[in-house]
Amino acid sequence: MAVALILLLVAIGSVVFHLLSPWWWTPIATNWSYIDHTINITFWITGFVFTAVIVFMAYCVFRFHHKEGRQAAYNPENKKLEWWLTIGTGIGVAAMLAPGLVVWHQFVTVPPDATEIEVMGQQWQWSFRLPGKDGQLGTTDVRNISSENPMGLNRDDPHGQDDVIIENGDLHLPIGKPVKVLLRSVDVLHDFYVPEFRAKMDMVPGMVTYFWIKPIRTGTFDVLCAELCGAAHYQMRAKVIVEEESEYHAWLEQQKTFAQLSGGSAVTKAAYKSGGG
Amino acid sequence: MVDIPYEGIIEVPPAEVPDVELYHPRSWWTRYVFSQDAKVIAVQYALTASAIGLVALVLSWMMRLQLGFPGTFSFIDPNQYLQLITMHGMIMVIFLLTALFLGGFGNYLIPLMVGARDMVFPYVNMLSYWVYLLAVLVLAASFFVPGGPTGAGWTLYPPQAILSGTPGQDWGIIVMLASLILFIIGFTMGGLNYVVTTLQARTRGMTLMRLPLTVWGIFTATVLALLAFPALFVGSVMLLFDRLLGTSFFMPTLVEMGQLSKYGGGSPLLFQHLFWFFGHPEVYIVALPAFGIVSDLISTHARKNIFGYRMMVWAIVAIGALSFVVWAHHMYVSGMYPYFGYFFATTTLIIAIPTAIKVYNWVLTLWRGNIHLTTPMLFALAFIITFVNGGLTGLFLGNVVVDVPLSDTMFVVAHFHMVMGVAPILVVLGAIYHWYPKVTGRMLNDPLGKFHFWITFLGAYLIFFPMHYLGLLGVPRRYHELGEAAFIPPSAHTLNAFITVVALTVGFAQMVFLFNLAWSLFKGKAAGGNPWRATTLEWQTPETPPGHGNWGKELPVVYRWAYDYSVPGAKEDFIPQNQPPAARSVHGAML
Repeated sequence: MAVALILLLVAIGSVVFHLLSPWWWTPIATNWSYIDHTINITFWITGFVFTAVIVFMAYCVFRFHHKEGRQAAYNPENKKLEWWLTIGTGIGVAAMLAPGLVVWHQFVTVPPDATEIEVMGQQWQWSFRLPGKDGQLGTTDVRNISSENPMGLNRDDPHGQDDVIIENGDLHLPIGKPVKVLLRSVDVLHDFYVPEFRAKMDMVPGMVTYFWIKPIRTGTFDVLCAELCGAAHYQMRAKVIVEEESEYHAWLEQQKTFAQLSGGSAVTKAAYKSGGG
Repeated sequence: MVDIPYEGIIEVPPAEVPDVELYHPRSWWTRYVFSQDAKVIAVQYALTASAIGLVALVLSWMMRLQLGFPGTFSFIDPNQYLQLITMHGMIMVIFLLTALFLGGFGNYLIPLMVGARDMVFPYVNMLSYWVYLLAVLVLAASFFVPGGPTGAGWTLYPPQAILSGTPGQDWGIIVMLASLILFIIGFTMGGLNYVVTTLQARTRGMTLMRLPLTVWGIFTATVLALLAFPALFVGSVMLLFDRLLGTSFFMPTLVEMGQLSKYGGGSPLLFQHLFWFFGHPEVYIVALPAFGIVSDLISTHARKNIFGYRMMVWAIVAIGALSFVVWAHHMYVSGMYPYFGYFFATTTLIIAIPTAIKVYNWVLTLWRGNIHLTTPMLFALAFIITFVNGGLTGLFLGNVVVDVPLSDTMFVVAHFHMVMGVAPILVVLGAIYHWYPKVTGRMLNDPLGKFHFWITFLGAYLIFFPMHYLGLLGVPRRYHELGEAAFIPPSAHTLNAFITVVALTVGFAQMVFLFNLAWSLFKGKAAGGNPWRATTLEWQTPETPPGHGNWGKELPVVYRWAYDYSVPGAKEDFIPQNQPPAARSVHGAML
């Protein structure tokens, strides 16, 4: 029965493709392996349902296709069967939802020792800001933005003076330290997206959004924009470099603070307490 | 149904309709152009939707050429690429699928299937089509305005939709919003007809629980649309005001091309909530008619009653109701209040249960059936595969934390194309093969139909199934070029080229279908009144194609549900809904 066979091959082919696919998620670089586990659970459950339904359907086509003299059964409903299927589906759904919600809870609960850093999106580049030795980021306002003050810091906020500003450059992060990534945009929606981090979040003008991560391996990773932001959306790129803490501090020493860049108040050399960033 | 008392109906006399208050056309113009006959309006809707749908198909070819062979086609620059994806998406979702299912199939099938002579407000029904046509023409005009159509993505998210970094910011976005506003006005006029006709104009004996599932699907989808489109309407009006009048509904203080803009105080997220309050029910506005139609195709061509009819009806209604409390699953990474995630993930996964029940009941209908592998049946089977596939990947994206890595990647593109592109279009095609004989009186050519089916189904599956894995890898959507990225291997580009080749093949196979539609109109085998030996009322009309007023002198009387196939003891393997019970001998039958 050609049709039944083709249907069966679609099911088998899909499973084989899944198992052999060279296209699979990138090696993870943060603590969010829980997300990968939840995806795996979902693949198992949905893969089972998909295969079962298609194989059953192919069998029906094979077994019950029209032949001379065949008469269909008259079988309007079967309450018991329908209820069992409903309950079984409910269990399957719960088995995916429960771990999903648990991991989501972790995702939105930032650990208290996380360092706050800031990513700012604008058409079509990324800028980054790290807190200075006071460990705090200064306040900002989009109305302050000018060529000397590309991230719009408030000049009279003392917390902002020692903030490290990286305009249109690459971000460095120390391995093993949780960071809360504060996200903002000055023009349109953007989305700070590093595939290896698993986390992503839109950046919305007028708001500060966030996610948190703990980098678990060193390396250089591509930053892409994942929310359509206009003509050069696809070219809005940067890199994140996760490195050992000593290298990170060596890099940080070379970065300019807001005070240095704006040339206003006394130039304060950035110095960092250990563990900060 | 089993528990509808049958003695009560047996004595119902035929409805007397000596003086039908129908508008009777007096000229060629009022018969075929400014017609108030729902059947003519249906064909007008279907032809217009298909015409603009073909435009969207061509746009998708250009988009695929760019994705498959980046750098080869210099005439597709980044601006044009964004315009292609935007227009493709908007046309397909709104101007093709919504219009075709509700305006096309709804207009043709509702009056015939419920045993009415026409829609209850024929004049408004006619207006609905003409406003829809105007909306389509306005939309098409955006290809010719200065700066071209909008490239804001079909979701039209502000601020970028109306700022200068986005193509079509001058005219395209204004024309798009105007077209959407017109579409909604036109749809509302039609939608009121579909709802009121289903509720008020059913013939004698046609209880709600005897309606074919096609009518249940279209009816529920229309109710959803009447409740959901107003959100898009106000969103469009407010965005138009932001663009034209300088209001700031959706616009916070922001910098536009290095300069502080005049806007301030608005919320970009507000637009997203309005858009998706419409946008999620929209998925079911397309899916529910497909669910209904495919139920009837499977039942008819498997010569078996639909399994679990009552559960099927309740599933349609439950899905429709739940579809209004899941919208923010499109916004998990939008920056909205993160604790919404728990609620929307839960509602979204719950909706999987009634949806799964529908799938089980379709395949259980096949069990111990007498499956005729006609072209409509093949399309129905293919629908089940693609819908199950696309529905299951919805469980990834609906489960908030799983959505985080996958959102805005090709996984999402693959998912929604499979579930609300390929699956409903397979139903549309199956439905055309099924009902074309009633509309024209002639059968479509079968070998051509089978050829069209296999290329379309297998091709579409080959396009979208592997695409999920590009998304798993992390390939983002809406990218003119992937460019340099360490995580994207060369094999991903090869896969993109493969998808493009298959997409072009599937696209050209549709030309075979168009040829079949035209050729069979003149040369097709004569169909007779009921070629599929189906039970529902539209196959029992005195004339084929049905005449003005559908039923001749007397309206049909309905004695049974729509699924009396292969009733034990009956002479034929189907009993039309309007066939009176002969005697007690068929009392065991489901009535």
